[in-house]
Amino acid sequence: MLKRISKIAFKQTEEQKKELLDYINAQKGKPGALMPIMQKAQDIYGYLPEEVQRIIADELGISTEEVFGVSTFYSQFALSPKGKYNISICLGTACYVKGSGDILNKVQEILKIMPEECSEDGQFSLTACRCVGACGLAPVLMVNDEVYGRLTVNDVEGILNKYKN
Amino acid sequence: MFRSNVLVCGGTGCTSSHSDKIADKLEEEIKANGLEFEVNVIRTGCFGLCELGPIVVVYPEGSFYSRVTVEDIPELVSEHLLKGRILKRLLFQETLAEDTIKSLAETDFYKKQKRIALHNCGVINPEVIEEYIAMDGYQALGKVLTEMTPEQVIQVIKDSGLRGRGGGGFPTGVKWELAAKPQSDQKYVCCNADEGDPGAFMDRSLLEGDPHSILEAMAIAGYAIGASQGYIYVRAEYPIAVKRLEIAIKQAREYGLLGENIFDTGFNFDIDLRLGAGAFVCGEETALLTSIEGKRGEPHPRPPFPAIKGLFGKPTILNNVETYANITQIILNGADWFKSMGTEKSKGTKVFALGGKIKHTGLVEVPMGTTLREIVEEIGGGIPNGKKFKAAQTGGPSGGCISYENFDIPIDYNNLIDIGSMMGSGGLIVMDETSCMVDIAKFFLEFTVDESCGKCTPCRVGTKRLLEILTKITEGKATMEDLDKLESLCYYIKENSLCGLGQTAPNPVLSTLKCFKDEYLAHIVDKKCPAGVCKSLLSYVIDPAKCKGCSLCSRVCPVSAISGEIKKPFVIDQSKCIKCGTCMDKCKFNAIEKK
Repeated sequence: MLKRISKIAFKQTEEQKKELLDYINAQKGKPGALMPIMQKAQDIYGYLPEEVQRIIADELGISTEEVFGVSTFYSQFALSPKGKYNISICLGTACYVKGSGDILNKVQEILKIMPEECSEDGQFSLTACRCVGACGLAPVLMVNDEVYGRLTVNDVEGILNKYKN
Repeated sequence: MFRSNVLVCGGTGCTSSHSDKIADKLEEEIKANGLEFEVNVIRTGCFGLCELGPIVVVYPEGSFYSRVTVEDIPELVSEHLLKGRILKRLLFQETLAEDTIKSLAETDFYKKQKRIALHNCGVINPEVIEEYIAMDGYQALGKVLTEMTPEQVIQVIKDSGLRGRGGGGFPTGVKWELAAKPQSDQKYVCCNADEGDPGAFMDRSLLEGDPHSILEAMAIAGYAIGASQGYIYVRAEYPIAVKRLEIAIKQAREYGLLGENIFDTGFNFDIDLRLGAGAFVCGEETALLTSIEGKRGEPHPRPPFPAIKGLFGKPTILNNVETYANITQIILNGADWFKSMGTEKSKGTKVFALGGKIKHTGLVEVPMGTTLREIVEEIGGGIPNGKKFKAAQTGGPSGGCISYENFDIPIDYNNLIDIGSMMGSGGLIVMDETSCMVDIAKFFLEFTVDESCGKCTPCRVGTKRLLEILTKITEGKATMEDLDKLESLCYYIKENSLCGLGQTAPNPVLSTLKCFKDEYLAHIVDKKCPAGVCKSLLSYVIDPAKCKGCSLCSRVCPVSAISGEIKKPFVIDQSKCIKCGTCMDKCKFNAIEKK
């Protein structure tokens, strides 16, 4: 899995840190606790900055390498933050044979970002996702949780414009 | 008692087109008309006909309303539920007979189906355990715990001939028997709900539509092998399925159907969820178990098999969701009943997720041995827009393409392997003449390269090289020598990879090479893409007969490759053209063609 690591400086609030530490303490010692902890951390921070991965490693008494190995292995773990609007384009087979590759190209062309990247103003990020499970609506694009289906390339600009200021 | 029940599909497909808002609006309108004590709204799992979603069905009439919108609801409530007049304009047109409506079971889509694993999907509310119990739910568990020994349970499953529905087709009863033998202080029952095959949604629909049947079957498996703990490894990308599983586990615990001393028999069994984080290789059993342990989901060589040394080093069975969905029905109806369906070596039914270029996209369950023609043409309604069938892809990135020649072969585990594909978990993607088979092979290899875990070299490096050769072919830069290299590399990867992912990764290439070699040759020798997909091999041409000479195309062309005189046909300079397609999108007279 190709991952892009964020260069944006890491910030956290005291509440966030406390929530993470409380969760780690509750899970500590249970078999297979690392992944649920990382999933929780991503819920709290929106992504997994290096600093957070270090906290997890220190608290669990394992090496940072082990945590980093897991975060880079699974596609769900994001190492860079998501934009205010995250655009996911389904590249599952059902969507692909109905032209979702062209839709992805069009979105890249309009937003000028690549998959797994976030635009400089923090408005948009882009994900090429596997299968959202709405194959009956193929090809499909999602903006956060809103699903747009049965698309053509010509629909893309109109959808994105709804989210531009 | 209610005089009418209104079923609203709450599967992912219909939810994506706002079926939850439709159900809310229905409840609101029913209340506004004072019908809340007469009419009941039930949010169910998937009906299967996703193409026509969102779906609303009203009983006792059985009216099947399709592509319903929130705006349709006031009319639907006042016409059908208040005045008792069926709203014909919204009905699924096939159910509309002259003066009556046909039952769903008579429509082409449902006629040939046999719903066993899916028997509760689209029928009950999956978030209410009482509805499951009313459909004989937890009866099989009761029967097993109070009337049968673990050996008898395993014997029934063995006799039924049930084979693993996750793809490999290993006999389920044999797997259970292997795990029952070793003595151990702890054993585990795991469920593989990490449906990673892009374009497959059988397991998701089952979990969303009937989660209790999976819990019940896992408890039965626990009794059979002597385990007290179960894990369901489910994709985090399936939020609705995760939510319904959580609700189901909580309800089952409250009813004493999970936990300690179930049915007062002294049998203990509990289930926890583990969320998968998106790694295709975790569909492989040893990788999945490693992932439950919280590590990188890398596979390891077998033996030892998980039945001997699995999760946390203990004997473990791992079955797929659909396999579990058959268990309760086999226990209740007997092995002979199950065996009566299917072919000699593949018993029972199989659920397929039909997708791609087909009229009725959706979820179908058919007896093993049904032909591809029946599935595509009769159940699926054929190919839309008058196009011709070219191939069907089964087994996802591990499978292959089935060409028209094999349209009439009965589909079962063995036949699919014989023709170079595999059953896989049940994704069935239909392609027409506008799909380029080299491009499809490349698409699957891109997927495998991305998902290869990197542990063994044949898979990590080999698939990357395969992709490079395929890319050369689609760009028209390959030679015949590359084609030979492509084929021999495929066999090398198959023979030398560590796990199922690498061993099957070349299948999409090999099967397209076998059935559609002419297309590969067209790319390499003639430098043409017959389907008109591969960009580098296309040229955009202006048809002089249709061109009005409006100059719009020359103004939108980003590289000024189009020139001409106003009111006379324009021409594209092929040496400058970057094939972006902008001219074709913008032309108002459809005068520009891809060739």
